[in-house]
Amino acid sequence: MKYEAVIGLEVHAELSTESKIYCSCSAKFGADINTHTCPVCTGMPGALPVLNKQVVHYAAKMGLATGCTVNRLCKADRKNYFYPDLPKAYQISQFDIPICENGEVFFYVDGEKKSCRLERIHFEEDAGKLLHDEIDGTVVDFNRCGVPLIEMVTKPDLHSSAEAKEFLEMIKTTLSYLDICDCKMEEGSIRCDVNVSIRPEGSTEFGTRVEMKNINTFSGAVRAIDYEVARQIEVVENGGTIQQETRRWDDVKLKNTVMRTKEDAQDYRYFPDPDLIAVEIDDEWYKQIESEIPELPISRYERYLNEYGMTAMESRQLMDSYAKATLLDTAAASGKVKPKAAANWILSDISKYLNDKELELENTKMTAEKLVDLICLIDAGTISGAAGKKVLIQLFETDETAEQIVERLGLKQVSDEGAILEIVKDVIAKNEKAVADFKAGKNVTGFLVGQCMKASKGQGNPQIINKLIAQELAKL
Amino acid sequence: MELFKKTATELSSMLKAKEISAVELTNDILARTEAVESKVQGYVTLTADAARKQAEAVDAKRSAGDELSDLAGIPVAIKDNICTKGTLTTCASKMLYNFNPPYNATVMEKLAAHDIVMTGKANMDEFAMGSSCENSGMHPTHNPHNLNKVPGGSSGGSAAVVAAGEVPLSLGSDTGGSIRQPASFCGVVGLKPTYGAVSRYGLIAFASSLDQIGPFGRCVEDTAMLFDAITAHDPKHDSTSVKTPFEGTTRANLNADMKGKKIGLPKEYFGEGISEEVRKSVLAAAETYKSLGAEVFEISLPLSEYALPIYYILSSAEASSNLARFDGVKYGYRTPNADEDLIALYTKSRSEGFGEEVQRRIMLGTYVLSSGYYDAYYKKARAAQRKIKAEFASAFEKCDAILTPVAPTTAYEIGSKTTNPLEMYAGDICTVSVNIAGLPAMVQPCGFDSNKMPIGMQLIGPRFGEQTLLNAGYAFEKATGLKNIIAEL
Repeated sequence: MKYEAVIGLEVHAELSTESKIYCSCSAKFGADINTHTCPVCTGMPGALPVLNKQVVHYAAKMGLATGCTVNRLCKADRKNYFYPDLPKAYQISQFDIPICENGEVFFYVDGEKKSCRLERIHFEEDAGKLLHDEIDGTVVDFNRCGVPLIEMVTKPDLHSSAEAKEFLEMIKTTLSYLDICDCKMEEGSIRCDVNVSIRPEGSTEFGTRVEMKNINTFSGAVRAIDYEVARQIEVVENGGTIQQETRRWDDVKLKNTVMRTKEDAQDYRYFPDPDLIAVEIDDEWYKQIESEIPELPISRYERYLNEYGMTAMESRQLMDSYAKATLLDTAAASGKVKPKAAANWILSDISKYLNDKELELENTKMTAEKLVDLICLIDAGTISGAAGKKVLIQLFETDETAEQIVERLGLKQVSDEGAILEIVKDVIAKNEKAVADFKAGKNVTGFLVGQCMKASKGQGNPQIINKLIAQELAKL
Repeated sequence: MELFKKTATELSSMLKAKEISAVELTNDILARTEAVESKVQGYVTLTADAARKQAEAVDAKRSAGDELSDLAGIPVAIKDNICTKGTLTTCASKMLYNFNPPYNATVMEKLAAHDIVMTGKANMDEFAMGSSCENSGMHPTHNPHNLNKVPGGSSGGSAAVVAAGEVPLSLGSDTGGSIRQPASFCGVVGLKPTYGAVSRYGLIAFASSLDQIGPFGRCVEDTAMLFDAITAHDPKHDSTSVKTPFEGTTRANLNADMKGKKIGLPKEYFGEGISEEVRKSVLAAAETYKSLGAEVFEISLPLSEYALPIYYILSSAEASSNLARFDGVKYGYRTPNADEDLIALYTKSRSEGFGEEVQRRIMLGTYVLSSGYYDAYYKKARAAQRKIKAEFASAFEKCDAILTPVAPTTAYEIGSKTTNPLEMYAGDICTVSVNIAGLPAMVQPCGFDSNKMPIGMQLIGPRFGEQTLLNAGYAFEKATGLKNIIAEL
């Protein structure tokens, strides 16, 4: 029998606010143990939370970018459970009324457009971290305690690990477009739990689902899903039944084990947090949030693919980087250059420079205006393509315009045919061996062009040189 | 000089006029404390040395010509559930026997800015759960008017030390009557402010939506003076804090004119279960108001009979969550007997650290929040709470204040109710609705019973009605002379 996997995800993203969700401690990653702490985030008796409204702003932004309805009255609820990394023994989360509901995320898998509905997005506080190896015993680091999170819960709309991966990538890209998450996987900025069930292909009923925790990377999610789907098929094929349970994924051993069964499911005793009052997103605030939503990644992707005539891979590469795609769109909007030409520069030389130097585009001096000027100079024949590459490096590193750089480096191309003809004649005269080879039927054009470029200190227009060499050789 | 017999208002004038120094005052107060504290046992922690140092500092400021608050140099006792940086804050619980807060409650910051002299941390029912101070995990406190009787609770220590002349002022907290009932039992003034009027930051929570810090004094003006010092909008630390219209001005605006004021007597509060002596005394107070020109009439608050179950559901639910953080991991009591695993550490630390009443409420609260029971208890109680609020709101369309008894009886014998928690809970019948509705209420002495135990009356006001209550109390004091009652010890 053939089976279909049914997959739902719960994605946690840490929001990149300056301070924590309920106190003024820094939310930055990587500080010394227990230095970003105060009575509030360590759950000292008597300390009280005060909501950081930036969290509401960011969460609503993600909701609007994923087509959710935003609930204007945001309340917070307590989720009660005991664990040493949770100093109040409850997490302040949202229960019955999440800030965002009923969204949908679109993405492409192997050229086919798919979607996955979002059931809800809510905001909550992160827990601390248990460090087992620092000393003899266990240390609780409360730095992460109170770092704001949004949790995005999907409907069970995904049917393969590949779909799950593309969905996650699209969530990550959207978060980066909105500039609300660092998206640093290695720092745990985005984490996800996976719900998996299987059913006979063609069936519309849901099988018993298994939740998997401890998935830290997208590729880990793929491995965990593939493993779990195969495990469930094997259980069913052998006449067994799937138990509703939570399993822990081990990405080193590449297998999962039971964490807890349905019987010991926890009762979190959710109730409205009496220490907090509901926060209203009024019309003005809502409009402000709305105005901050940029063109979404999928829309850019489709525009590059359909309007700019780029390949799927090129479109995807551009979409993945908000900065690069924005550079392209701004350059294209000038109307002075072909989008495709700008895209080629961005995907090749610009990307290479950034990779080599390990820089982010926004941390260099490159602007769309500079890039447009550069392309125009090449298109007009003022400089050669080769000279353009030299100019490009300077554009990243100086405040000069392309023209100023061309001037300073003396890269202006000589297109005066009379002047070039002098050089061509001189080169032919000085290279008797090449002339002899030519007469013997060999192709010496490349060699002679190179000599001419050298003689012109690189400034001769190669097309004109080519043309004049052909013309002069023909005279021999 | 017997400075301990004077009101804070009188002491403030004497300090200002430099007739006495803060050190003299503190020494006098501490001498009285030394003489009577072994009988009253109102403190968990006495901070005599620190108090003398604070007093010296105030005197130094005064001689340097600094502009000082009226409260500068006045001794104040603090209930032991209010965080005091550097001074043990135990909630009278074994669970927090060694807890030294790393920060000050907002009210302590306020009082420090007023240069008060803290005398110590007052005893209470453990985690403010109880009505007699017998649930203290440290020791019971005795009623200064009769040492065999309870001082009331949970702020029993705060009320007792004021009544005993050990200190002129103190802070308590009130979740269901915890300021008002001990004020009544001890014959002092106690004010439970409008919910949100005083920052809760640093008050170790019992039931967050009901808890409120408030002042005790031996007269209305003293109480207003301390209230003014602690009332402040605290948006950076307490989301439930609110901006009041009277912030810091109630004492200056005290006005004893009762002409035309409307006072309602809710018939449900004078019915069965209220002792005859208490009823008569409060009704006599109503007559006093009439004689002062107030309009006094009967009203009805029929939903009040639901207040007690609503209160015990909501307060226990919140307490079960608020007290979950006491797990032996980070601070406070940790069992020496858990070598098995983490769960054993939690359960043993909590079972050994919390007293019986606290454990009872945690279990009650956990139950009413459990899936399957939430709708029947917690949710229903919340809905009923809205109705009670509405009922009070419509009552206050007709009257300026509501006058009621505080408790069914005067202070009872120590040990007489400890075996029956339900009977103890029933004693809160007159006070809990005020917290459920988030309203202000003030208690002050209105007479004595045949055993010479104080009887208190309760004035309930609309939201932000503190000035009305203080004025009415001030008028009553002037008319009857019932103020600054210090127990003979």
